[in-house]
Amino acid sequence: MTSDQLLFGVFPYLCIIIAIGGSVWRFTSDRFSYSSLSSQFLESRQLFWGSVAWHYGILGILTVHLVGFLIPDTILWWNTVPMRMYFMEITGFTLALFTLVGLLLLIFRRLSKSRIRAVTSPMDIALLTVLLIQVVTGLGIAIFYRWGSSWYASYAVPYLWSVLTLKPNIGLVSNLPYLVNIHMLNAFVMVLIIPFTRLVHFLSVPIEFSWRPHQLVRWHRREKIVGPGV
Amino acid sequence: MDVRAQVSMTFHLDKCIGCHTCSVACKNIWTDREGTEYMWWNNVETKPGTGYPTKWEDQEQYKGGWQPKGDTIKLRVADKVSTFANIFHQPHLPTIDDYYEPWTYKYSDLFDAPAGDDQPTARPVSLITGEHIDINAGPNWDDDLGGSAIYAQNDPNFHGLTQGQKEAFFELERMVLYYLPRICNHCLNPACVASCPSGALHKRGEDGIVLLDQEVCRAWRFCISACPYKKSYFNWKTGKSEKCILCFPRLESGQPPACFHSCVGRIRYLGVVLYDADKIEAYAAAPEGELLERQRDMILDPHDPEIIKAAEESGVHFSMVEAAQKSPVYKFVKEWKMALPLHPEFRTLPMLFYVPPLLPVLGYLEKGLYNVDAKDYFGSLEKARLPLKYLANMFTAGNEDQMQSALEKLLTVRTYRRAEEVGDVEAGKLEEMLKKTGLTPEMCEEIYRLTALPTYEERFVMPAEHREYATELVNDDPYSFKAEIGIGGFKGRPGRGL
Repeated sequence: MTSDQLLFGVFPYLCIIIAIGGSVWRFTSDRFSYSSLSSQFLESRQLFWGSVAWHYGILGILTVHLVGFLIPDTILWWNTVPMRMYFMEITGFTLALFTLVGLLLLIFRRLSKSRIRAVTSPMDIALLTVLLIQVVTGLGIAIFYRWGSSWYASYAVPYLWSVLTLKPNIGLVSNLPYLVNIHMLNAFVMVLIIPFTRLVHFLSVPIEFSWRPHQLVRWHRREKIVGPGV
Repeated sequence: MDVRAQVSMTFHLDKCIGCHTCSVACKNIWTDREGTEYMWWNNVETKPGTGYPTKWEDQEQYKGGWQPKGDTIKLRVADKVSTFANIFHQPHLPTIDDYYEPWTYKYSDLFDAPAGDDQPTARPVSLITGEHIDINAGPNWDDDLGGSAIYAQNDPNFHGLTQGQKEAFFELERMVLYYLPRICNHCLNPACVASCPSGALHKRGEDGIVLLDQEVCRAWRFCISACPYKKSYFNWKTGKSEKCILCFPRLESGQPPACFHSCVGRIRYLGVVLYDADKIEAYAAAPEGELLERQRDMILDPHDPEIIKAAEESGVHFSMVEAAQKSPVYKFVKEWKMALPLHPEFRTLPMLFYVPPLLPVLGYLEKGLYNVDAKDYFGSLEKARLPLKYLANMFTAGNEDQMQSALEKLLTVRTYRRAEEVGDVEAGKLEEMLKKTGLTPEMCEEIYRLTALPTYEERFVMPAEHREYATELVNDDPYSFKAEIGIGGFKGRPGRGL
């Protein structure tokens, strides 16, 4: 087995399996630890700039990636007109800048505020490192290898689909530039560490809140109990 | 009609001596862990004062509780859409600086300091960072009007008072204070429950205690802002919210909560009331002037056979109905209409009621002399040192008539007892007061006995729940049950997430 096979044919599956298994294990065995671990209570002002920029940026970027993953042909068609492609690229680049600025602010806050350092775990540092690598390589690709949206749709998306359909086509990606390979492999690392970091909070998106009634009541037992009468 | 039972409370403020025994009892049992040092599930505030956290009553700042919206109500902190939009940074969240940074002292310096010219001191160090800090806030920082020029003067309940009334508060001879012990109100329309995106907060159906399931909490932090009484606290260490649980493990075995049990002044009463859950939303949306009356209307007569039948239909255990019939809270709130909810205008329908303080009339300055009006020492409402408006802002959403009516009843009982004990009450005065307040001598006697001479069994009327039987029947494993109710089920001590 070549190193490419190991990296692009085996490693992704390892990451996904561990992520799913790990999340289930943590949810069943240590549900208390599922939390966003917000530190806003200790420091609010810097968090605003960091967290808002980061979260809205990354949500946008992930959405763009997901759209490309679902409808690659439409993306390629859209990009046939240069103006439309510029629009696409600039949108992505702006969102990525948001994530970078947000992430740098969050890292700065975490390292410089003593109150925040007091609630920083080693896994927080690991997570921030992985995220920083991901954002920097993503921006690097956008700057150094032009029109990423097109070749993401032509190379990365078919590869991802081949992984999902259990027939990994390594040839699609193994010859891409190193920066791109790092970005892809680091993405799988991101998936891998979900159950071992505070990233679990994105598995807890409270969708049910949008339709549930205001008041919640939990009954331990509720049946008609007729007493002796008074 | 959906009848439910609610464990409800009454605090008699005239009897509170401000000793903080309740706070300490609570702290020693529940909040002596890392991350909870600053939490005071029970605290005692001096009024006038800014309270804890500082100026918690100012909802322009904290955005707690509900506000009217057309025919209904909405949370002040966020609606459903803005909850999602603000989930990454909750714009109204108080920070630990609105409370205080917990600290200890570096006692080891007293022993380890090298020999020198000066006496070694134990400097304060933060319990969060371990670094030296200067202490400039703490629990009860403004106790007994300490620093009143800064604290009491900024009491949010002063709105609507004239400048003269405000200034009179701070004349040394007229200085006045009373204590306000606070715990979670276990509201009927809790804003914390409504605001929780995860659905971790809930009301227990059987007894109405509002609990926070820590295994469901994901630290979205909306409960902290939504609770207008600031009784949901954020554990900075574990990244989970925590709140008063009304000592439910004690309640279930028939004991009163620790703060009730330890109360030195015996100001606390605990009892069951029955209420109609179908009316919650409509009554919480009532016009501000009607809120107090509506809340009383919601509480049902536990002696009415129709109500008893409806309660049984709704699954209320008969032991709860029996307890409701003997409830001291029912008497103070519904029968005598003397106990009032704290800030009904927050619209959470709080289930902790306060008998307002009837402070003695005291001295006044006349030609540079300090006079004590001994003739009408306790008897006058007009000369009372606390303006009615101030009390009304706290307990009746600003309605002075309702406040006056409660205070007049207190005065009537005092006059009745004075007539009994001393016998120097002018002829006809008592009769006039009885007529005005609608009290009878029998009622006065009963109020007097429940205020001054109640036994333990009269103050705390709460049936044991016998949940131990229920849980054995429903789930085989008592340990999983323990975890579900938020206690136990951890592998070792609960720690901060990965």
